[in-house]
Amino acid sequence: MNASGEARHGPGGTPPADLELDCRGMRCPLPVIRLANNIGDVAVGQSLAVVAEDPAARSDVPAWCRMREQEYVGEGVAEDGVPRYVVRRLR
Amino acid sequence: MTNSTGAPATGGHGYLDAASAEPLHPAAREALLAALDTGFADPLRLHGRGRDARLLLDNARAVVASCLGVRDDEVSFTSSGTAAVHLGVLGLLRGRARVSTRLVHSAVEHSAVLAAGDWWTREHGGTTDPVGVDRHGRLAVGALAAALERPAGAVAVQSANHEVGTLQSLEEVYAGAGDTPVFVDAAASTGRTDLPPGWSAAAASAHKWGGPAGVGVLLVRKGARWRAPFPTDDRTDPRVSGFENVPAALAAAAALQARLAERDELDARQRALVDRIRDRVAATVPDVEVVGDPAARLPHLVTFSCLYVDGEAVVTELDRRGFAVASGSACTASTLAPSHVLEAMGVLTHGNVRVSLTRDTTADDVERFLEVLPGVVAEIRARAGVR
Repeated sequence: MNASGEARHGPGGTPPADLELDCRGMRCPLPVIRLANNIGDVAVGQSLAVVAEDPAARSDVPAWCRMREQEYVGEGVAEDGVPRYVVRRLR
Repeated sequence: MTNSTGAPATGGHGYLDAASAEPLHPAAREALLAALDTGFADPLRLHGRGRDARLLLDNARAVVASCLGVRDDEVSFTSSGTAAVHLGVLGLLRGRARVSTRLVHSAVEHSAVLAAGDWWTREHGGTTDPVGVDRHGRLAVGALAAALERPAGAVAVQSANHEVGTLQSLEEVYAGAGDTPVFVDAAASTGRTDLPPGWSAAAASAHKWGGPAGVGVLLVRKGARWRAPFPTDDRTDPRVSGFENVPAALAAAAALQARLAERDELDARQRALVDRIRDRVAATVPDVEVVGDPAARLPHLVTFSCLYVDGEAVVTELDRRGFAVASGSACTASTLAPSHVLEAMGVLTHGNVRVSLTRDTTADDVERFLEVLPGVVAEIRARAGVR
């Protein structure tokens, strides 16, 4: 949740998220570890965004969702152009 | 022998990286040592030593041809598997450049094919089009057909994937390619599975079947429109250039022949061991995905990806415990680029481990590996702060 408690929308109509994880500068597999460690911080049905330059995240966030039975919503970009991957917690 | 950490060296039975390099087959060692003395001369010369070398070279070519079910004059020895791939792909493209300069290839080809395509694009104004694969790494035949609705100079498809072991259905590829010549990169499968006819050019690499490094095999089908992409000379083979490595070619041929003689026994044994690894890894390592086709696969190779783990850390930790494996993950490599194979399959690209059995790997070796692996993965996860 951001400071105002509202869902954050990515720029350019990219999927919104209830919590955003800043994984800029992190190398694989750290962004996915952050995702796994923080998915419990949103309620079931809410979503979480991973912002990461790590090129492996593009494959690994959707793969994590498949393996952990969570929903991969899609990819957008953060304000600074860094890729932003959105996940919805299903369980 | 010990390595830097004092653990047993990985040259023995803990060596599980045959897909990178199979140890030299005893038959190859014997042939190599003999030919070093008898096959050193220039096979072009008309004197006795030259004739000896020529005889050994012709013999090596004949043995490889017979093993692969092709004509002697369809076989060329190159300086590596990569060189054979480059010659095969580029020669077909040159041969059909008037029709099209476009290379269509599967998205999971070896980097040698991709490099040939890049070079072709840069130097000859060609284009390349990758065709996608499914979750197991199998070429989407429908997508290949769609890609070939426009003319292409050549189609490049591997017989089996070097990272995950999945076999391609070459007959379907040949049928889908129609008139477009097909190049098959058979490096991962030669000596292990048959290469079905239908290709115009193909390539293999001797150190993958227990021959010495530095010997590639280029196959060009009689009558195929293949044009040498690089300079040639007037030596023994019009497709390649340079002084022939006669002893190595003979050793490669001896290894291939020996491999084929023991293939059925080896295939059955390795398949059973790989099945055991696939089952046990899935059962004993949490959050792991075994990747690649479970049935249509190479006999000796299995790949899995562990969530939250740096593949290079697994390789290093296993090496400390006496096991040599490979990883398609490059978390700490300078490029940071994940494996294009795993990416194209849509599977996890980090925490990747490839285990490939040599002809000497025993059930005990596999058992020891399976006992060590879960602890290694757990330790790396704990260190990385996985909750």
